[in-house]
Amino acid sequence: MTEFKAFSKMKELMTNYYIEAKTTKEKPIAWITSGAPVEFLFAMDIIPIYPENYAAMCAASHQSVELMEAAEQAGFSQDICAYARTDFGADITQGGPAAGLPPPHFLLCSTNICKTVIKWYEVVARKYNVPLFIVDTPFLHEGLNKDLIDYTVTQFRDLEDFLSEFIGRPFDRDRFYEVLALSQEAAEHWRRMLYLGKTVPSPFNSLDSFIHLGPIVTLRGTKECVDYYKLLYEEVAERAEKKIGSIPEERYRVLWDNLPVWFKMRRLERFFEEKKCTLVVTTYANSWGGMSNYQVEEEGDPYELLAASYLDVYINWGFEERIKYLAQLMDEFCLTGFVMHSNRSCKPYSVGMYRLQEEVSKLTARPGVVIEADQNDPRIYSDAQVETRLEAFIESMDSI
Amino acid sequence: MGYYAGIDVGSLTADAVLIDEDGKIASYAVLPTGNNSQKAGTEAFEATLAQAGLNEGDVARVVSTGYSRARVREAQGSKTEIACHAKGGLYLFPDVGTIIDIGGQDSKAILVGREGRVINFAMNDKCAAGTGRFLEVMASALDVGLDKMGDLAFESQEELTISSICTVFAESEVVSLISQGKAPADISMAVSRAIARRTTGLAARVGVTDTVVMTGGVAKNRAVVKLLSEDIGHSIKVPDEPQIVGALGAAIIAREGDGG
Repeated sequence: MTEFKAFSKMKELMTNYYIEAKTTKEKPIAWITSGAPVEFLFAMDIIPIYPENYAAMCAASHQSVELMEAAEQAGFSQDICAYARTDFGADITQGGPAAGLPPPHFLLCSTNICKTVIKWYEVVARKYNVPLFIVDTPFLHEGLNKDLIDYTVTQFRDLEDFLSEFIGRPFDRDRFYEVLALSQEAAEHWRRMLYLGKTVPSPFNSLDSFIHLGPIVTLRGTKECVDYYKLLYEEVAERAEKKIGSIPEERYRVLWDNLPVWFKMRRLERFFEEKKCTLVVTTYANSWGGMSNYQVEEEGDPYELLAASYLDVYINWGFEERIKYLAQLMDEFCLTGFVMHSNRSCKPYSVGMYRLQEEVSKLTARPGVVIEADQNDPRIYSDAQVETRLEAFIESMDSI
Repeated sequence: MGYYAGIDVGSLTADAVLIDEDGKIASYAVLPTGNNSQKAGTEAFEATLAQAGLNEGDVARVVSTGYSRARVREAQGSKTEIACHAKGGLYLFPDVGTIIDIGGQDSKAILVGREGRVINFAMNDKCAAGTGRFLEVMASALDVGLDKMGDLAFESQEELTISSICTVFAESEVVSLISQGKAPADISMAVSRAIARRTTGLAARVGVTDTVVMTGGVAKNRAVVKLLSEDIGHSIKVPDEPQIVGALGAAIIAREGDGG
């Protein structure tokens, strides 16, 4: 991992966030999915808690197996998303980092990342006997259209009513617009930082961006989040300027598709560094650069733009769009190949991957490889199998 | 005269090949890997030296491959099985386009380009279905020697199906077929068919070219080769010693001075 000075700032930010969430007496807590419109919550002074983010922390700190086992003992199938199982296990045992999550007062989930979240959040809603608000964001089979945006905006209006009733005061539009502006600004810094990967050698690698994802997922819409990504952007820009690469020698530059393998971050990082290969860009980290990527006008209604940005995310796209986008990233970032993580946990991200690989390879005339793994479950991961495939892929790539 | 060696330590066998300066095979060995892969690699290497009447000092460079490639003490470099099978396959069949290699825990199809360059490859997913290990488990369930499975299949009279792709479930299917009194020959044929079907998908993904070569231990099973050939609709060439192709490729890579 690249030693960014901003890292300690991020740790402080995330620690303070969890401490506040665990200790607050005044602020309500809402559990929320990673792709839900969090801006509505910040506008009403509600603390958002991300079970997905927490599950990733559990895996990165090698605590996910025992938690998943607890969930499986309680009857949850091994075929369910490993994030969900890790969180169910943490909830059952009150285990995991910081001994579990603060209990929710209500739940907000959006289907733009997957449909599992509906059932997952229904389980949580039943257990805590709290309301669940679902923002249904239909899959973009053939791109975005006005009907889909209107449909989503209607739900945002309902969400406002729900929040207003739940908190017991009118929805704060002025504050909401401030939050939107902050969210947009943070996402823009993040996006600009990620696009510095176009520099050869890349000043950071994707494992860095996975680590630095925390605040853009959990705190977008806050001033602290903007400040943090501004700081990180400046630091990375300086490295790019001085042509300091993330690894000593960069011969190969590749894209990573899908979530990280959270429990193998260090090993994979060492592996890629040894092979002189930088993971330059990921569709996953990029998602939060596109999200909240709307202009907040002084006048007018930003709801449609907000709806569009929450609908228009990679994992909610149809095949054609994904292929085009992958091929575009391959060119823009001067990549020599691409790695697709067929993630057992995440079906909407992994479905059709072999076909995607074939199409993108054909379009870009560069090789790609599919590896079978999981974001959170080390029990189905094999170092030797994954590394042999990756190594053979690297052997077959032309260097830059 | 300088010699070059390739050592392929896989999950089932450890193979070594020694070639001379001109690239001619001087000797080779195939030994079971057992429970000590490092030792198995050394023993295979030493066996080739003994056969050729050479010492370690006569070998200019050693390249390892296979699952234990990082633990081969004698090697100065390593390459994946994919690269090595491509090189070895090209050496034996200069017009090779597609290589199908079924090893102990992996099966793969490789599209080979000029000079043995890997253009594309496809491998089995996580599970061991359709690999050598699959065949080994089924042979043991049938109480038939691994090397007898192929010949036995040709005595098959009745067509049976093994539908599960999971090795563990397929094994229980075999056990249940045995308990139904089905003939071992028929079961053996069904096992071969299951492997061929799984592998056909891999070959289709990279493409079947004019010359298809099959390598790896499973290529010794004539029934699998025949069924696979039927499934892909193309003849398949099998080297005399399909198990040593990976080690041979590694030796060629050593001779080329490559292998990091």
